[in-house]
Amino acid sequence: MNIGVVTFPGSNCNADAEFAAALDGSTVHRLWHKDTSLPTQLDAIILPGGFSYGDYLRTGAIARFSPIMQEVIDFAKKGGVVMGICNGFQILTECGLLPGALIRNANLSFACKDVYVRVENSNTSFTNSVTKNTVLRIPIAHGEGRYTAPSEVIEELEAEQRVVFRYVTPAGEDSPEANPNGSLHNIAGILNKAGNVMGLMPHPERASDPLNGSTDGLSVFTSIALSRS
Amino acid sequence: MKTYTAHVTVSLRRAILDVQGKTVERALHSLHMPALSNVRIGKYVELTVQAPDEDRAKELVDDACKKLLSNPVMEDYSFRLEERVASGAVA
Repeated sequence: MNIGVVTFPGSNCNADAEFAAALDGSTVHRLWHKDTSLPTQLDAIILPGGFSYGDYLRTGAIARFSPIMQEVIDFAKKGGVVMGICNGFQILTECGLLPGALIRNANLSFACKDVYVRVENSNTSFTNSVTKNTVLRIPIAHGEGRYTAPSEVIEELEAEQRVVFRYVTPAGEDSPEANPNGSLHNIAGILNKAGNVMGLMPHPERASDPLNGSTDGLSVFTSIALSRS
Repeated sequence: MKTYTAHVTVSLRRAILDVQGKTVERALHSLHMPALSNVRIGKYVELTVQAPDEDRAKELVDDACKKLLSNPVMEDYSFRLEERVASGAVA
């Protein structure tokens, strides 16, 4: 499998994403924000976490206009698998590939800790290697992760099972206490309508090696590989 | 061609909880200013616009607000234009 990882000025999780994506033997292609074409054989693209363009104006607002993003949008529109992690998720909402927006955490604090998320839909390119309701322990690190969208969008996401991950307690309950940032419906990750684009605030690449303290994030990368095999 | 200064204000939509505003409001109340409430915090952007007339300048700024300066999912914007008169001009 061939996975592209985009680096924007200010990305800081690109190397971690490259590491995690290569664990199953996939070939990783480093993509640069100024690139105006993609390698032809790409199976998936990852927009990594970080602070692209210093988070100026709004998170993801400037990165969205990088030359590479037109390629990413075209790739996604043709059905290519795209995953945005943290800042990557923010970029995907800014460019319209995913609905809603990510705004300042409800408690105004930067949240940097392990959280628990429940797999709400295992029939996706990003979760097919785990069963529904599996609870994963994955770190978050963000100041703007409160998912918000008009109520009709939230209803549509829920009805179409496009909420992929939800913040829960270690026991798997989606209580307000388990919500680290005030996201509506404890939403941690969502899919686009076609099912080939996912954004999530937790960092699966930071839970991909025993040295990380958790390898629960590996399932996301394994699932992407499975979906393409 | 005329030169305008645009004063753009971007703020969170009313329906969205403005947590910064709430926190500042609590701070004001703790400073014994209970008469102050409904604090909303936004951004102020100032920019120069070259346009043949005010209508065209408005269009340009509106376009910039829609495409980049605000995110319509979560923010509202407003702006005012001020025509800049060249200083030191000799009649």
